[in-house]
Amino acid sequence: MKLDEFFVTGDPLIYGADVSIILSMIGVVFVLTKYKKWGWLWKEWLTTVDHKKLGIMYILSAVLMLFRGGVDALLMRAQLTMPETEFLDSTHYNEIFTTHGTIMIIFMAMPFLIGLMNVVVPLQIGARDVAYPFLNAVSFWTFFMGAMLFNISFVIGGSPGAGWTSYVPLAGNELSPGPGQNYYLLGLQVAGIGTLLTGINFLVTILKMRAPGMTLMRMPMFTWSSAITCIIIIFAFPVLTVALALMTLDRIFGTHFFTMVDGGMPMLWANLFWLWGHPEVYIVILPAFGIFSEVISTFSRKNLFGYKAMVYSMVIIAALSFVVWVHHFFTMGADASVNSFFSVTTMAISIPTGVKVFNWLFTMYKGRIKINTAMLWSLAFIPNFVIGGVTGVMLAMAAADYQYHNTYFLVAHFHYVLISGTVFACFSGLYYWYPKLFNHKLNETLGKWSFWLFMIGFNVCFFPMYFLGFAGMPRRVHTYAEGSGWFELNAVASVGGVMMGIGFVILVYNIYYSIRYEPRLTTGDPWDARNLEWATPSPVPYYNFAKIPEVRGLDEFWRMKKEGKKDLDLKKDKLEPIHMPDYSGVPVIMSTFLFISGFGLVFEWIWMGVAGAIGVVITMIMRSFDPDEGYHVEVEEIKEIEEHVRREEA
Amino acid sequence: MRIFKPLVLGSFLLVFLSGCSALPVLDPKGPVGEAQKDLIFWSIALMLFIVAVVFALFTFMVVRYRERPGYETHEPEEMEGNIWLELLWTGVPVIIVVLLAVPTVNTIYQLEEPPSSTKEKEPLVIHATSADWKWFFSYPEQDIETVNYLHIPEDRPILFKLTSADSMAALWIPRLGGQEYNMNGMRTELFLQADEPGVYNGRNANFTGEGFTEQRFKVYAQKPEEFQKWVDKTQEKAPKLTKDKYDHMLLPGHVERQTFSSTHLQYVDHAKNAEYTVNVRERLGYDPEEESSH
Amino acid sequence: MGHTETIDPNKPLEYQTEKSRLNILGFWIFLGAEVALFATLFATYFVLTGRLADGPGPGELFEIKGVLIETFILLTSSFTCGIAIHEMRRGSKKGLMIWFGLTLLLGLGFLYFEIEEFIHYVHEGATIQTSAYWSSFFTLLGTHGAHVSLGIGWMIMILIQVARHGLNTTTTRKAFIISLYWHFLDVVWIFIFTGVYLMGMVM
Repeated sequence: MKLDEFFVTGDPLIYGADVSIILSMIGVVFVLTKYKKWGWLWKEWLTTVDHKKLGIMYILSAVLMLFRGGVDALLMRAQLTMPETEFLDSTHYNEIFTTHGTIMIIFMAMPFLIGLMNVVVPLQIGARDVAYPFLNAVSFWTFFMGAMLFNISFVIGGSPGAGWTSYVPLAGNELSPGPGQNYYLLGLQVAGIGTLLTGINFLVTILKMRAPGMTLMRMPMFTWSSAITCIIIIFAFPVLTVALALMTLDRIFGTHFFTMVDGGMPMLWANLFWLWGHPEVYIVILPAFGIFSEVISTFSRKNLFGYKAMVYSMVIIAALSFVVWVHHFFTMGADASVNSFFSVTTMAISIPTGVKVFNWLFTMYKGRIKINTAMLWSLAFIPNFVIGGVTGVMLAMAAADYQYHNTYFLVAHFHYVLISGTVFACFSGLYYWYPKLFNHKLNETLGKWSFWLFMIGFNVCFFPMYFLGFAGMPRRVHTYAEGSGWFELNAVASVGGVMMGIGFVILVYNIYYSIRYEPRLTTGDPWDARNLEWATPSPVPYYNFAKIPEVRGLDEFWRMKKEGKKDLDLKKDKLEPIHMPDYSGVPVIMSTFLFISGFGLVFEWIWMGVAGAIGVVITMIMRSFDPDEGYHVEVEEIKEIEEHVRREEA
Repeated sequence: MRIFKPLVLGSFLLVFLSGCSALPVLDPKGPVGEAQKDLIFWSIALMLFIVAVVFALFTFMVVRYRERPGYETHEPEEMEGNIWLELLWTGVPVIIVVLLAVPTVNTIYQLEEPPSSTKEKEPLVIHATSADWKWFFSYPEQDIETVNYLHIPEDRPILFKLTSADSMAALWIPRLGGQEYNMNGMRTELFLQADEPGVYNGRNANFTGEGFTEQRFKVYAQKPEEFQKWVDKTQEKAPKLTKDKYDHMLLPGHVERQTFSSTHLQYVDHAKNAEYTVNVRERLGYDPEEESSH
Repeated sequence: MGHTETIDPNKPLEYQTEKSRLNILGFWIFLGAEVALFATLFATYFVLTGRLADGPGPGELFEIKGVLIETFILLTSSFTCGIAIHEMRRGSKKGLMIWFGLTLLLGLGFLYFEIEEFIHYVHEGATIQTSAYWSSFFTLLGTHGAHVSLGIGWMIMILIQVARHGLNTTTTRKAFIISLYWHFLDVVWIFIFTGVYLMGMVM
């Protein structure tokens, strides 16, 4: 392979990206060296097993990926604003929508939510960390390395361009040879390991590490949603693992699972992909439902309406999510009976979802609704998500779907549910839990500006797309003819896209601004909230709880406050030494080897793939022989820390 | 939030002002598209009802119970839930789903058959074969093959037999009705019909890579007599499709409209022979690796 | 973590600490994910059954003798593995090591016959690249075989640790978990034996 084939060449956009990547890397190295922060970076962050720090790193990476995916989106809008534009050729356009979709789902939505789960779940259930802190670090680093592997494709080797669904035969070797599609396979494979481990880790954490008295039906709703999400992950992700592995075998080792020749069966890919892909949709929406439940309840100053119904409806949604996958390809010519079955199961999902919407509405009933940025994101979710939901029901009707399928109607629908569901939830959760991590709020004025710009921009961008669908515009076309009647609506959509972009920039600026100028808090409970995460001081001591709370019902912290009880009385309460896990450099090193192995396989350099795999095995063996006994925090030290953080509160 | 309603209403107004004619899916010219349009409008009506209920409740809650001057000290009471309310908002959606499911299932079965309005007429069989990035239409009875356009008689059901020479495509003629996939090594079937003469846009709706955007064709629906004239003329004047010519057209790329007085079905049926294209490309020295790394 | 390190002496050694209990539960859940993984591979195998291109079919190549030997060896290894855990519960380090050692040998024996079998197929013209059917066959069995290989390596590591540190809460937990894994691979094999070999020979 020649060097000019290795590096992507010939496009000024790519050169621009090359330069900016190199400059920012030099910048980071310079700052770290100048302020002698390398040791700090290694000791405090790269080796950490603390769920809160891992959560912060997840969220940071997700915001970075949101930026990357957002730039992709704006490039697409730029190309589509006017008819017959030649800003991007079809190959580039194809690569951009492929990476946009993949990054937003796998490397943005999921890690953002998993990041929030990391921060919040152990605190909500009164635990000192997750069940397997070391594994948690492995999860993060495999996700991160997977994301990096996928992202370097656009400067080294070329990006995948067969759509985020990667349908074969198009995505197979016969029609798309070269490293691009391999990046998709290996990047997702590496990141998928981390997701599966997270699923197991958090399920055990939630099942086994709840504070005494917290029965299942006393768990906060976000914890419930996380638990159910974990179950979906555990059963859905292995399917993706297999599907990706089979396509990798096809492309690199010449097997015939999905090929056109020698008996391969392309339809099998579509089935396997969506057998994972549809549950995946619920993996990114159920935690969002959990976040909305927390935020709406807190800022209505009321408990959640119909708690049990909320739990059961999530269980039903999770179960149904495994029996609807065929609705992604009603047009594949299955029997009328098959299409009818999957139509009805899909529509059935709207019933438990509707129950949830009405329960949120009635959570506000007779409440006192405090409207701030966190609550605005949650409030905006309801009407927007309902629009996405009802159009989802329309798509579920197979006979009508033959007209909607592969059009902008579909594009509009899934952006309505994924943005107003998942993205709004991520932002809502970020504003809501941010003070817990950093001891200051995010600025409200900037927050509201970014909310209104983003939310209105979102509607301006995606609502016209429903009509583009009716107008017969298929998704994934890189341009359209003059006189096709699609220009006006596309132009409007692009305006909305720009508004969303500005809203996002303000949100990021708000983080910077708030770090510098927002007043520090004097309480760990700035929102007068209801669950145990707010019982801890902010920022949370690394062991979370000096004394594990006793739980007597739902919304335990609310009850404690009403009864005027303090969570910790340093004079009276008897403290015990706390056992904590050691930090470890193994996860980041192991994941780096995975990255090397994946990178080798992308270019079909088998020696490099094997070398990386050997590295992984060696680090695993090292880990197995590591006694990993952890250490104890002595009572004196706990008292000192607690006095310090609580002095400011008093 | 108050901006939603004007936005929604405005958009609907926009549509109805511009008339549905700009929206082919909502202004079909054949019974298949008509059945789908009826289903779509029925679902929009029911969905608007749900949207109206939720938006009204939402507005009420937010306006009535938001913290505002004179309402800062209200301390809300805890509420567990209400079994009757919850049964209500479980039951009503169940009814709505039933109201949608019944016509949906009916229509699904109905679309498997030729349209009932012309059921006494023998359907015209057309094999529609997609290849990167073009369309072949073979009329086995007439022994005609067209590339990137087709003629059909009006008021007669057309039975499209779909397959693909390579990547998965979808035949879609929005004014006539919904799409169906073309798959290599597979045969799918789709009934469509035009009720009035006209020129309709058809295209591949399913992403097939580099040349996907231009993978389009025109449908000329004609009165039966005129269609017959076209058939006669084509049989007389158009050249035969040779195997060599067909094989070369299987190389990825775009081709001009073409007409032949014989079909490629005598050489290959891609629904039965999935490997044909790969072998042809290899024989003709086409190297996808070379092509993709430009 | 951060759980209190209370030892519960009424439970078997591998269940005595909270960490051990968590790890064992987590491993059970991991096996649930493995079930999903193998189920997908089986589904793929069944979907692609009969798609032979121009290659040979399973009925022509499968030989019951080799398969029965493999099955017998693997089932026996599951038995010896069970005895090893029984010995561990009796507190016999030596018993555990002997029976685990035997399990290891049987595992290696299984691999030997499986590789032998694969070589036979390749000589008969059925490789992973021959047809969709053989791709799915080799991938399903190869994944199982890779699991067995991994299990062997893992068991060796644990034997080293038991030899060094004797039986304590940590080593017994690790030994117990590898035994779960080993039994699971046995169960998968039973499905392979019936679903792949018996049905393949009938067809």
